[in-house]
Amino acid sequence: MKLSDCVRASVSSLRANVLRSILTTLGIIIGVGAVIAMVSIGAGAQSRVEDSIQRLGANLIMVMPGSQQQGGVNLGAGSRPSLSESDAVAIETRLDTIAIAAPSVRGNGQIIAGNLNWYTGIQGVTPGFFLAREWQLLDGREMTDQDVRRATKTAWLGYSVYTQLFPDQDGIGQTIRISRTPFEVAGVLAPKGQSGFGQDQDDVVFVPISTAKKRVLGRRSSFRGDDVQQIYLKVVSAEYVDIAEVQVAELLRELHQLAPGQEDDFQIRNMASFLEARAESQAVMTFLLAAVASVSLVVGGIGIMNIMLVSVTERTREIGLRLAVGAKRRDIRFQFLIEALMLSMIGGLIGVVAGIASATAIAVFGSWDVLLQPGSILLAFGFSAATGVFFGYYPAYMASQLNPIEALRHE
Amino acid sequence: MSTGPSRAADPPEPDAVVSTADLRKSYVVGDQEVHALRGVSVKIARGDFVSIMGPSGSGKSTFMNLVGCLDVPSAGQYWLDGTNVSELDVDALAEIRNQKIGFVFQSFNLLARTTALENVMLPLVYGPVPPRERKGRAEAVLDRVGLASRMDHTPAQLSGGQQQRVAIARALVNDPSILLADEPTGALDTRTGVEILVLFQELNRSGITVIMVTHDSDIARYANRIVRFRDGRVVTDEAVARPIDARARLAELPPPGEDEPVAQAEEASS
Ligand SMILES: Nc1ncnc2c1ncn2[C@@H]1O[C@H](COP(=O)(O)OP(=O)(O)OP(=O)(O)O)[C@@H](O)[C@H]1O
Ligand SMILES: [Mg+2]
Repeated sequence: MKLSDCVRASVSSLRANVLRSILTTLGIIIGVGAVIAMVSIGAGAQSRVEDSIQRLGANLIMVMPGSQQQGGVNLGAGSRPSLSESDAVAIETRLDTIAIAAPSVRGNGQIIAGNLNWYTGIQGVTPGFFLAREWQLLDGREMTDQDVRRATKTAWLGYSVYTQLFPDQDGIGQTIRISRTPFEVAGVLAPKGQSGFGQDQDDVVFVPISTAKKRVLGRRSSFRGDDVQQIYLKVVSAEYVDIAEVQVAELLRELHQLAPGQEDDFQIRNMASFLEARAESQAVMTFLLAAVASVSLVVGGIGIMNIMLVSVTERTREIGLRLAVGAKRRDIRFQFLIEALMLSMIGGLIGVVAGIASATAIAVFGSWDVLLQPGSILLAFGFSAATGVFFGYYPAYMASQLNPIEALRHE
Repeated sequence: MSTGPSRAADPPEPDAVVSTADLRKSYVVGDQEVHALRGVSVKIARGDFVSIMGPSGSGKSTFMNLVGCLDVPSAGQYWLDGTNVSELDVDALAEIRNQKIGFVFQSFNLLARTTALENVMLPLVYGPVPPRERKGRAEAVLDRVGLASRMDHTPAQLSGGQQQRVAIARALVNDPSILLADEPTGALDTRTGVEILVLFQELNRSGITVIMVTHDSDIARYANRIVRFRDGRVVTDEAVARPIDARARLAELPPPGEDEPVAQAEEASS
């Protein structure tokens, strides 16, 4: 018996029971569809995280002051904010693994440009900040050391702020007011998009760190001249990130004169590894969901086995007749196996379509990040076919073992 | 197998297409043995037309199933076309059924929802005929049984007599050595039955050996020879002095639809 004969016989038998065939494959359809949708969502989340890491700037470490209340005990040392610009200088000059150390202070304020105004974050930085975060300039001039030294009243606007304040005119060279102080718009930064935490990273205004302390944040914050809130560190290359973390910690403990056993008065965060860890837990989650979905494939397989057993019983006389006109046992086995395989593959195909459709729908209506994975689609389809063979074998074997006379007399 | 009686090892007569020696078949039902055949030795010459008669339960169908290689004997020997069939395995028996035997059943056993043509092509699927020759062969045999105009009809769209013709065409499609028919007219009215016998006699004249089981002694006399079974044994085996000519008999019968109901289209088997 040729494959084409088998396929023809299977098609006509499946067509004789269209509704039953579809209901039988429902488990496979749902299983394959769910696996594909889950994997697509998981891959989407993963790629979003990778994107965020890219946008954050590669090989970036952030240092922040430690909590003053750590361990429930006030450290008491005159509430000394623990990070300073000189720390940044020391890190950059003394550690070979650190290419850039960029101190930063931040606050919020109302920005006014003409008759438009916007409440946003204001960050005081040095030129190194833009290098560390790999943040390109869209228009205007770059910040220089000169700006920092002289505390010039110049501002670099994040893309969102720029479009809010200058919706239809060139803002470069214009004057804006930050906390009532006039600033010249020196540049616009290229859009960075959302951060890994869903914040708009372009909703910010940068000014030289010296200006920020003197003109913008000084009055409201408890900064002393040298204090900073964050230091961005760019490690020379990815393989040194872990070593750099240790070195920075050692250096800062030394600079802050912490006794052995005393807790750190700073925190070091490797943003990339933090995001990666989160992505990993997300991946585990989607993997678990996909695993649950694949249980549906197995259930679908059992459904196929059930319907094939019913089919063998119903078609006992047909089997008897086929045996009587010369079918060998393997011909019968092959025919029913092909039938089960076709059932499961049709279910798999519909499931692939359903999975792609629902992943697309989730992407469009749920505004989730969804990334279709051709590999997972092939895998889910292949698995559905394998399910058909696995669960179709027993009924096919049963059919092939029938005795022709008894089968012909059946009913 | 080789421990059978000495005559079992005798070579079959060269002109015998079917030759059995002390063929036995018993079934175990519960804790007792049912002897369906108790030693049947029959030789059927090539080109013969044999009727098998006997009361119900005498073993006729059992014998036909053994001759048709649908079943294996409990003891005894069976040569078909010179081959000792009792020594073959299931696959070889399937091949013999496919190539050398055409089986016609009382209940037609056609595949429902499948056209006459496809039903006739079914045995070809399991044989060596290449796919593109199958349709032509099936059409030729359907033409031979007088159904050239009904090839695309499904069993439900055919009368009982037409369905039996499709079944006969299916039995003939692989050019078998013997045509076996277990009560082929049992489900048909007299006229339609005679029409089937016309066909059998034509086929027999063209050289095919026909073995037919019937309960009807009138129908049995269309054959050249009548073998009677009782209780699993052959009790008489005699030639028919003057077989009835089916075509002549058909001419004497009243035309269809007058005093006999037309055969009901049998429930399509599947
Ligand atoms: N599968 C079986 N299991 C048990 N006994 C069986 C089986 N098949 C046949 N028999 C028995 O074997 C005997 C012969 O049966 P068989 O069918 O050959 O009779 P038959 O001559 O064809 O009868 P009928 O004219 O009614 O068709 C019967 O007694 C029957 O009960
Ligand atoms: Mg019988």
